[in-house]
Amino acid sequence: MKKTMVMALVVLLCGFAGHALAQNKQIKAGFIYVGPVGDAGYTFAHDQGRQEMEKLPFTEPSTYIESVPGGAEAERVINGLVRRNHNLIFTTSFGHMDPTINVAARNKEVVFMHASGYKTAENVGTYFGRMYEPRYLSGMIAGKMTNKNIIGYVAAFPIPEVIRGINAFTLGVRSVNPDAQVRVVWTQTWFDPGVERDAADSLLDVGADVLAMHQDTPATLQAAEARGAYVIGYNSDNRRFAPNAFLTAPIWNWAPLYTYVAEAVHSGTWVSEQFWWGMDKDLVRLASLSDRIPTDVKILVNQRAEEIKAGTFHPFSGPIKNRDGQKVIDAGQTMSDPDLLSMNFFVEGVQGTLSN
Amino acid sequence: MKLVIERRDTSSPLLRFGAPVVSIVIALFFAGALLLLAGVSPLEAYREILYEAVGSLYGLSETLVKATPLILSGLAVSLAFRMQIWNIGAEGQIYMGAMGATWVALFSGMENHWLLMVGMFSAAFICGGLWAGVAGLLRARWSVNEVIVTLMMNYIAILFINYLIYGPWRDPQGFNFPLTAQFAEAARFANFFDTRLHSGFLLALGCALILYLFMERTIWGYQIKVIGSNPQAARYAGMRTGASVFWVLFLSGAIAGIAGFSEVAGLQYRLQHGLSPGYGYTAIIIAWLARRSALGVVIVSLLMGILLVGGDSLQMLWQLPIAFVYAFQGLILFFLLGSDFFIQYRLKLVKGIHHG
Repeated sequence: MKKTMVMALVVLLCGFAGHALAQNKQIKAGFIYVGPVGDAGYTFAHDQGRQEMEKLPFTEPSTYIESVPGGAEAERVINGLVRRNHNLIFTTSFGHMDPTINVAARNKEVVFMHASGYKTAENVGTYFGRMYEPRYLSGMIAGKMTNKNIIGYVAAFPIPEVIRGINAFTLGVRSVNPDAQVRVVWTQTWFDPGVERDAADSLLDVGADVLAMHQDTPATLQAAEARGAYVIGYNSDNRRFAPNAFLTAPIWNWAPLYTYVAEAVHSGTWVSEQFWWGMDKDLVRLASLSDRIPTDVKILVNQRAEEIKAGTFHPFSGPIKNRDGQKVIDAGQTMSDPDLLSMNFFVEGVQGTLSN
Repeated sequence: MKLVIERRDTSSPLLRFGAPVVSIVIALFFAGALLLLAGVSPLEAYREILYEAVGSLYGLSETLVKATPLILSGLAVSLAFRMQIWNIGAEGQIYMGAMGATWVALFSGMENHWLLMVGMFSAAFICGGLWAGVAGLLRARWSVNEVIVTLMMNYIAILFINYLIYGPWRDPQGFNFPLTAQFAEAARFANFFDTRLHSGFLLALGCALILYLFMERTIWGYQIKVIGSNPQAARYAGMRTGASVFWVLFLSGAIAGIAGFSEVAGLQYRLQHGLSPGYGYTAIIIAWLARRSALGVVIVSLLMGILLVGGDSLQMLWQLPIAFVYAFQGLILFFLLGSDFFIQYRLKLVKGIHHG
């Protein structure tokens, strides 16, 4: 009897010891990027977050692999990181979703975090940011700064994330300037400066005096700077490419999330979750506003930003009409997350089609 | 004294096999200098590249996975090259083949594995074949340059695939992302050794063998060569050159179509962007280096696979930028293609003879 109890105690203690060991896991993180770290945009922003995360005391030097396209190629690269003993892997583009899930199924001891997708598993969580919040704010600025009431939007691919950005931006524009139109041109690229420059120029040619964009290169900024228009950047604070034209940019700040996840994995509290953080957690924000923006506009935008952070204002709250004038969201209603994530319509005020 | 370029009447086997080997050594030497500049020991890097690509069952399987679409599209292009028909459109034909296979997998209602395999194969064969056949018909009937037609049809093919995955074929459960639904298990290839190596590799080897026998052992194969090297003589000998042009392009496209089938059934299990990261263009280099021989295509594709898969290790171990990997691969191709020149021509120093 006594013996059994001692045995039980020993087993219990061993269990605790084992647990404690698992709790203080050294983190060796790997990152899969869709573009080059020097893109001055999306991938650059992720890499800033990676470097911040690396400052945590329990992390070993992390590894990143750049310009990994989606699809079959990505699976091999992710597997390569696993085989080189990485125990926390971030995959940062939608096209990495299936490969992440496939590799994760064979490597249960590794934690995977995939940005912008919808598939999860026991050891795969997802993360992204509510970029539509600062997008809306940047739209307010564009609506105030346009003289011709024509705003150009150089859009990437017609996927929900991009459409959501265009809509939030347009709602922001129309909240301060109901007469303004947002004209959309699709480039079908994430990273092609030539194509994006042409698209931006074509919008300037039809009279747009403020441009916004969604790609990972500064081509649109350079186009606006060259033609004396205003521009709203994206991804990271890229004002050095357009010192005169730059107004602000909705930007990513991945450090809080990367640090949070690394700490959770380190302490053994990580479970598969779908993070969709917003301005309240500072995952997305507005780059500091240009001095060309009048003070009253700055105050207006800052007020809205505080309301968004406090949760008292949601950019997609009704009434919202689609481009054909049909009501999509009633007054007093707010769009649900699933609807936001699968968004496939344009709001009133957007000129353009959902196809290319 | 002056340097002249002179065509060789014959090239010895020693030269034909020696020149590529020497050129690879020269390329490795130059790439090694780059590596040294980046602070990486070249010998160690080359050992890692080889180890990554062929040093383990896993690495080898990944190299074969990578080589599979290259072999098939390389065969496709080299078949046409035999007849001096320049099929630059393998890329589009791969996509059309994948489209045909996807249609059968998702919408034909078939559920039996072997029926599906035969159905998907046939659909890919026909779709790829007809796509290239258009160029064949135009060339045979009206002597329209097939280089332009096949090249331009790549863009049409990819845009058409875009239309399908953004529109009617979009996965209803996919949150409006541009992907088709995933194939059922019955519409997928078998995998070997618990790796990603799939039946598509055997299919590729089978195609290589059949093409080899066809080209070297049949009258038709002989005719193709004759028509290619001397169309007038061929016509004089009573060969139907017009029909041959059409059927060679049809077959060429059909084989590229099989590459698309193999990629969707063996790896991706759905139709999506980036199905082929330029295999159809790499195929042109492969066919050239392989001197239009089926066996050569297999060998060059395997080498290319090693280069592409091994390149991962440069990023993973030393965090060299992707641009370095591209430069490394580019150097090797540059010198290999350069060696081709020296096999066909020789440089000769001639004592200067001045004629007035």
